[in-house]
Amino acid sequence: MARMKFLCDADRCIECNACVTACKNEHEVPWGINRRRVVTINDGKPGERSVSMACMHCTDAPCAAVCPVNCFYTTADGVVLHSKDLCIGCGYCFYACPFGAPQYPKVGNFGSRGKMDKCTYCAGGPEADGSKEEYEKYGANRLAEGKLPLCAEMCSTKSLLAGDGEIIAQIYKERVLKRGYGSGAWGWKTAYRETIES
Amino acid sequence: MPSLGRFIRIAVGACAMLLLILAAPAPVSAQQINPTASSVNERQLLQEMDRIQGRVSIPDQRSSVLIQPAGREWREFRNVALRWVGGIAILGMLAVLVIFYLTRGMIRLESGRSGRTIIRFNFFERFVHWMTATCFVILAISGLNITFGRPLLLPLIGLEAFSEWSEWAKFAHNYLSFPFTIGVVLIFLMWIGGNIPNKVDVEWIKRGGGLFGHDHPPARRFNAGQKGIYWIVVIGGGLVAATGYQLMFPFYLTGIEGMQIAQIVHSVVAVLFVAAMLAHIYIGTIGMEGAFEAMGSGEVDVNWAREHHSLWLDEQVNDSQARPRHAASAAE
Repeated sequence: MARMKFLCDADRCIECNACVTACKNEHEVPWGINRRRVVTINDGKPGERSVSMACMHCTDAPCAAVCPVNCFYTTADGVVLHSKDLCIGCGYCFYACPFGAPQYPKVGNFGSRGKMDKCTYCAGGPEADGSKEEYEKYGANRLAEGKLPLCAEMCSTKSLLAGDGEIIAQIYKERVLKRGYGSGAWGWKTAYRETIES
Repeated sequence: MPSLGRFIRIAVGACAMLLLILAAPAPVSAQQINPTASSVNERQLLQEMDRIQGRVSIPDQRSSVLIQPAGREWREFRNVALRWVGGIAILGMLAVLVIFYLTRGMIRLESGRSGRTIIRFNFFERFVHWMTATCFVILAISGLNITFGRPLLLPLIGLEAFSEWSEWAKFAHNYLSFPFTIGVVLIFLMWIGGNIPNKVDVEWIKRGGGLFGHDHPPARRFNAGQKGIYWIVVIGGGLVAATGYQLMFPFYLTGIEGMQIAQIVHSVVAVLFVAAMLAHIYIGTIGMEGAFEAMGSGEVDVNWAREHHSLWLDEQVNDSQARPRHAASAAE
């Protein structure tokens, strides 16, 4: 079985935000929710880098560990998904998540933030693959159709890579070898407790 | 015959060609510069700061935090440290109370009941007490559910039922926080007069509060133990309320680190608060004969007041003796 991961090659990211737009469109994500975002570090200064970040689908995911109602599960592909039927909207996963992935449809309002929403790696939720219920709650299930996440698929500079961890790590290593530099696989150490030596 | 103009053109062209040839290696050497040498580096940023933050072009500014590994420490607190602290505090207190009850038993009225009673708490005081107490019990159960429900209750009732119960518990927790907070404020205001520590308390504490043996150290309206409970309610209640509202209105006041700290303070104070209240409930019910009436009917037996609050009883008696005389003199 594959172990699905994301890898953002920050030396290629041009902060076009197409991944953000593609995600919002593909899953018809409501206003105010951003499953993916692009963060620019040292903006406007020499050496600035942009990193596209969503749920990293961590190994031993912190969100799953702290959830009071145990609504998270990990698929055979290593994708971290959750059940909106079980979620009580307590917000604890956001405090534990190192990447700020969990999103809530409502802010505040006496703590009723609504069901948590996050990147599904385009893999839907616990409902039947490709069903109407699944689409309404979690968006499209591209993985079940044999396709990879749309954000990475349509990345204009092929900065954002999605796929089996070993394969995308190999692609990144080859890039680094060929061009002679690489600022590293952002978030890998925190999410997977490993990094790509370059 | 070649004109001078043509010669100049050729000379200029040759010079330009020469310049181009000479200049060509320059871009090659520029390519040798590593563009990441000066770029931001994840490992370095994480060493310098406890998190990596940048700029985002979307309105949600919380999302500008790219990586916050502190979430893992908060996870350790929530899943390990808090369960130990809460478990030891609450089970430890229960164990102490059980042992105390088995060795000492109910603290009896040594002089028996006199049959005459004296008002200890009026209707308003009892109403505030029970409003706060009812809210506290529900807040405690629904709060403990968030920390201990998943390992203890979820395996018994299943995912769906536990989620349903937890959602209702969360609503109860959020909404009952308001009457609870009002109760804490009213308790603070209405009993502050009798709860300032003084010399009588030093004597009371020295004599162990009469918990051991058959001692009855003198006390005014509130003894040192009750003053302790009062300040636990006021300070503990104030802390859980302040941090609780911060959790209820997330990110209004602070960022992610503030929310984590608020949850840590809220939960630690809350489990200690629960442990303290177990002792309070014990001594107010099965722990001491005649104590519950103070908050039940509001009237306690005069002998109970003499044994446990001798100085307060004296004050009350003096007052009631002084009052008719005062009234009589006013009527004259």
